[in-house]
Amino acid sequence: MSGSAGDGLLVPVDSRVHRLPAQVKIVALFVFVLAVVATPSTAFWAFALYAGMLAGCVVLARLPALVVLKRLAVETPFVVFALLLPFVATGPRVEVLGLSLSESGVLGSWNVLAKGTLGVVAAIVLSASTAPRELLAGLERLKLPSTLIAILSFMVRYLSVVSDDLHRMRIARESRGYQGGRAGHLKAVAGGVGALFVRSFERGERVHLAMQSRGYNGRMPLLSETGAAQAQWLEGLALSLTAVVIAVTARVAGL
Amino acid sequence: MHVPDGFFDAPTSIATGLIAAGAVGFSLQRANREIRETGPALAGLTAAFVFAVQMVNFPVGAGTSGHLLGGALAAALVGPWTAVLVMSTVLLVQGLLFADGGLTALGTNITLMGLVTVVVGYFITRALLKLLPKRVGSVVPAATVGALVSVPTAALAFTGLYAIGGAVDIPLAKLATAMVGWHILVGIGEAVITAAVLSAVVATRPDLVYAARHLQPDLVLVDADGNSSSVAPDRPIAARPAGRSLGVGIAATFVIAGVVSLFASAHPDGLEFVGAKLGFEGAAKSSAVADSPLANYGVSGIGNSQVSGALAGIIGVLVTIALGLLVAKLASLRSARARS
Repeated sequence: MSGSAGDGLLVPVDSRVHRLPAQVKIVALFVFVLAVVATPSTAFWAFALYAGMLAGCVVLARLPALVVLKRLAVETPFVVFALLLPFVATGPRVEVLGLSLSESGVLGSWNVLAKGTLGVVAAIVLSASTAPRELLAGLERLKLPSTLIAILSFMVRYLSVVSDDLHRMRIARESRGYQGGRAGHLKAVAGGVGALFVRSFERGERVHLAMQSRGYNGRMPLLSETGAAQAQWLEGLALSLTAVVIAVTARVAGL
Repeated sequence: MHVPDGFFDAPTSIATGLIAAGAVGFSLQRANREIRETGPALAGLTAAFVFAVQMVNFPVGAGTSGHLLGGALAAALVGPWTAVLVMSTVLLVQGLLFADGGLTALGTNITLMGLVTVVVGYFITRALLKLLPKRVGSVVPAATVGALVSVPTAALAFTGLYAIGGAVDIPLAKLATAMVGWHILVGIGEAVITAAVLSAVVATRPDLVYAARHLQPDLVLVDADGNSSSVAPDRPIAARPAGRSLGVGIAATFVIAGVVSLFASAHPDGLEFVGAKLGFEGAAKSSAVADSPLANYGVSGIGNSQVSGALAGIIGVLVTIALGLLVAKLASLRSARARS
């Protein structure tokens, strides 16, 4: 974690997806993922279509495939859980390669893996195509409470400052011989973290006083005022509405 | 710990989303006075702190290292309302900016890691502070126990959610044992780290620890003649936690939720659950995927019962939150009147 913490996962290229307003992307991806989650797990064709649509988004956003694949690693703990499901779930059992697996467990494992992966890729597309600042502006235009937006924006703004503080403390600690590998080093590591809290807290107080002395009266000025054009909403929602149609078809037809 | 998309069905995701939104809204209201006083920068920096600390590897012993979830620690340091906001902010940023945890699972993640750990951790800390010696240092053992209990409780809440809206039927007792067993270990790590960090803060700036603000020692002034007088320290605003009204609200929420779910289990969904437990589930599946599309409508309207189940769940949650807030409001009004 160095200075890049404040930029999130943004891949700074110019594309149609990058240019869409953040609130359109947030709503579109949220509806898309909700449609994916609501799709019956036996509708394999629907998941193939979803995967194709997301791959199209990744290409359209000009994201390097390697970056997307690397970020998929955040799923790992739940992949392990999903792979255990066929062994612990109840119901009729099938023999696969000499192992006795639960039928519903295999299906459930597929369900979690497919939906989880699609959800993570969708979130990667959002975070890689939108700068944190724009995301905050998007959330603000989606009418989140202004206090929450203010807290969020301070967190995002100071994330790299706090991370750098932590980094410097780690270098100071390690140069004094506390590598943090053994239990005896816990006190040194935790002492640094305690000091980090005190520093962050005091920085928060200083920032607030500085804001007050510059006329802060409890309301943050709007980060931006331009809304999204209707055409942009249509463009962004085309993806999620297609997904909703697929999900409804899969549910009603029971395919 | 982050739950991905697709782990819970859509109605459960929406319901936990509503719970999370309600909790954040309620906390915003309760923390409003503090935030107006101390500014949003303080909460934002605390959130940045929690985010950064979740990436620190702590040596916990026996050659292993652990991560901090931070719910109980944040509750002890900045108080329950701000802590709920801080944890929710962290999860929101992780979900939206770092693609960590699913978008539709955001509500579930906030409910489990932002709400359950903070509330459980804070209440245990406060309860133990009443029993322990009245000094600031007591907050360390109190919050340690709070952290220890908060993690398995969140795991238990996860199991409860799984019983309602899990994607696969796993024997619940088995799931609960595995989840709680594993998370007791995680909780021990969380407790060790919380204790170590909190004692470092108590050693340098004891006045910053929210949970122990009422335990600050009096200031002793000695004048030139050697006469000493003690002055009570500044009582920070909102130092008296609205613990009772929150407790009543939560108790009411759980009681009401229990009653509502009793009614809900009279619903066909409950029967389906029992059927699945008894092994009829294969039969139900095969008829649900029968060739004729009419078969779907014939089989007691599966689509219908799911839609109505979802609606019942959502309405139940909304009613629960509304009633819980109402009871808490009434309780705080009454206690305010009793004080005046």
